[in-house]
Amino acid sequence: MTDKKLHVPVMADLAAKGERPEYLYWVGCAGAFDDRYQKVARAFAKILNHLEVSYAVLGKEESCTGDAAKRAGNEMLFQMQAMQNIEVLNGYEVDKIICTCPHCYNTLKNEYPELGGNYNVINYTEFLDEMIQAGKLKLENNPFKGESITYHDPCYLGRGNKIYDAPRNVVKAVFGDVKELKRSRSFGLCCGAGGAQMFKEAEKGNKEVNIERTEEIIERKVDKVASACPFCMTMLTDGIKLKNKESELQNLDVAEIIEKALEL
Amino acid sequence: MTKQILFIISLAITLGVFAWSVKRLWAFFKLTKPSYPIKNIGARISHTLDVAFGQTKIFRKPVIGLMHALVFWGFLVITLGSIEIVIDGAFGLERSFAFTGWFYDFVMASGDVFALLIVVFIVAFSLRRSILRIKRFTGVEMSSKSYWDAQIALSFIGLLMLSLLAFNVGYISNHLNGYEGVYPVSAAIVNLVNLDLGWLQEPGWWIHILLIFVFANYLPYSKHFHVFLSVPNVFLANLEPLTKYPNLESITKEVKLMLDPEAAYDESEEVARFGVKDVEDVSWKNYMDSLACTQCGRCTDVCPANITGKLLSPRKIFVDLRKRMDEKGPVAIKGEDDGKSLLRDYITEEELWACTTCNACAQECPIDISHPNLIMDMRRYLVMEEAAAPAELNTMFTNIENNGAPWQFSPEDRLKWTEG
Repeated sequence: MTDKKLHVPVMADLAAKGERPEYLYWVGCAGAFDDRYQKVARAFAKILNHLEVSYAVLGKEESCTGDAAKRAGNEMLFQMQAMQNIEVLNGYEVDKIICTCPHCYNTLKNEYPELGGNYNVINYTEFLDEMIQAGKLKLENNPFKGESITYHDPCYLGRGNKIYDAPRNVVKAVFGDVKELKRSRSFGLCCGAGGAQMFKEAEKGNKEVNIERTEEIIERKVDKVASACPFCMTMLTDGIKLKNKESELQNLDVAEIIEKALEL
Repeated sequence: MTKQILFIISLAITLGVFAWSVKRLWAFFKLTKPSYPIKNIGARISHTLDVAFGQTKIFRKPVIGLMHALVFWGFLVITLGSIEIVIDGAFGLERSFAFTGWFYDFVMASGDVFALLIVVFIVAFSLRRSILRIKRFTGVEMSSKSYWDAQIALSFIGLLMLSLLAFNVGYISNHLNGYEGVYPVSAAIVNLVNLDLGWLQEPGWWIHILLIFVFANYLPYSKHFHVFLSVPNVFLANLEPLTKYPNLESITKEVKLMLDPEAAYDESEEVARFGVKDVEDVSWKNYMDSLACTQCGRCTDVCPANITGKLLSPRKIFVDLRKRMDEKGPVAIKGEDDGKSLLRDYITEEELWACTTCNACAQECPIDISHPNLIMDMRRYLVMEEAAAPAELNTMFTNIENNGAPWQFSPEDRLKWTEG
């Protein structure tokens, strides 16, 4: 990484100064630790800085939402994580939370309220779409001129929470058009990593799910594939690599498209 | 009078046998656990109008969807006719609903047209299964019993429609000087065939109603039970977002206790089994789903694990649940145990661990079954009762426990991404 250090406000520091930001950016474990996806977290933080949004991250106080543990059947561990996170979030009287990861988003939005965590949970694609509609994000130049793009629906964003249009609107704001895959929107095919599959080898079969999806993307003959989930990003990037198509086809996150368009 | 007595006897037998079947299933339902509370009746009604009566999920496969929708809508109007037939039979009347005027004309006319359409579609459905060998109709859970069940049900429906047409044709022939209702197809047949078809009225009527009686009692033992259960199943559907997986309340109590040692421990509460191992652990809604499932396979058709050759077939989970209840139910009612379970004797761990929880199956299911939630319920049993997760997942659990992330990184490094 050649980028310089980013200024990202931390909740505890702001609280010490008696400040309360409008948004909490929930970075997620992939944003914090995954080499590839860290770039997405950086891209999104840069956009927040560019928009001069009042926000902060939890930093060292953030902990796994427990999504993967829950879906792997470890409800005990999930609820331990949830209760601890809720204690931290409620301690800071957090109201609005923006998530980049759709798994964190789904868990915070749908599964935390019954455990005492009630927040306005926003997905970053909805946030970006809103900022574009409101004219706050001005996307005048297209660094991808002449290139075509498709969009892969993350299950936890699309089918799970019916967010289909926001990410497409954001991509369209830069690319002008999104070529749809054969299986798209509610028909979208999984990348293969949900439900804790990210952390284990797949069961025996005749193909990996990410290869099935990557082949479909390659068939669409596009230059780029946009995604909006850290797990999808890993699976698609691996798929493209395995298919030796890295020079013709790249996977970008929706936030990275905006970052590039704004030359941040 | 004889006709009336014979009819009342057959109706009584029908209701008696049906009541016996319902009683048997009721006893099975009593073995199951509670499900989510059924609230929000307004939203449920509009959901039912949309998904059940509007057939919106069926239309996700447009061609075959339209055929199914026409059969379904046809059934609705024809059912009104069947109610009339029962009343006519019981009270020795003829066309007792005719007083409803234009509504009667409308129902009879559409029923008459639908009857012909349904015959055509039933033949198409049957050929699809016997000749076209559609992949969706294959799989380990699709036994030859399931194949013949489908063909028997289709035959019933086809004969029901043919006998209805025969009855209408006979009725018109016997009342050429004026009859109640409008029958476009039957009237055309009467005009085309230059013979007296009046003799068809009585056998047509009897065959039609007796087939209904027999079919109604066949259904509780058939995958075509969905004729009765799919509309209520949609009404009782889980209306929450597909990926919202309910929190386990018994765990919430334990976790609160662990985080706050001062909290009082209520010993009176029986420690339930975590997750699902066998049919007594599933909710009544899970069991109802299994009875309402008609094994259409739209779920398995879109399952990423199944598409890529893994063992998992979401349809199989619910076919197995119903089969296992047929086996275990009678034993459990007597308070006994047969030493087998849904997990392992029917559904293997390999199947359960192959699910990506993508919810493509639940999205597709025309009657709103949530397969991933039951799969995860069974994972809960494996993990929390037997600690039988795959080793890599145990590593992930340990990482979350120790460093608050599924990977082995220190929480101290959580801001490193900002450093570049």
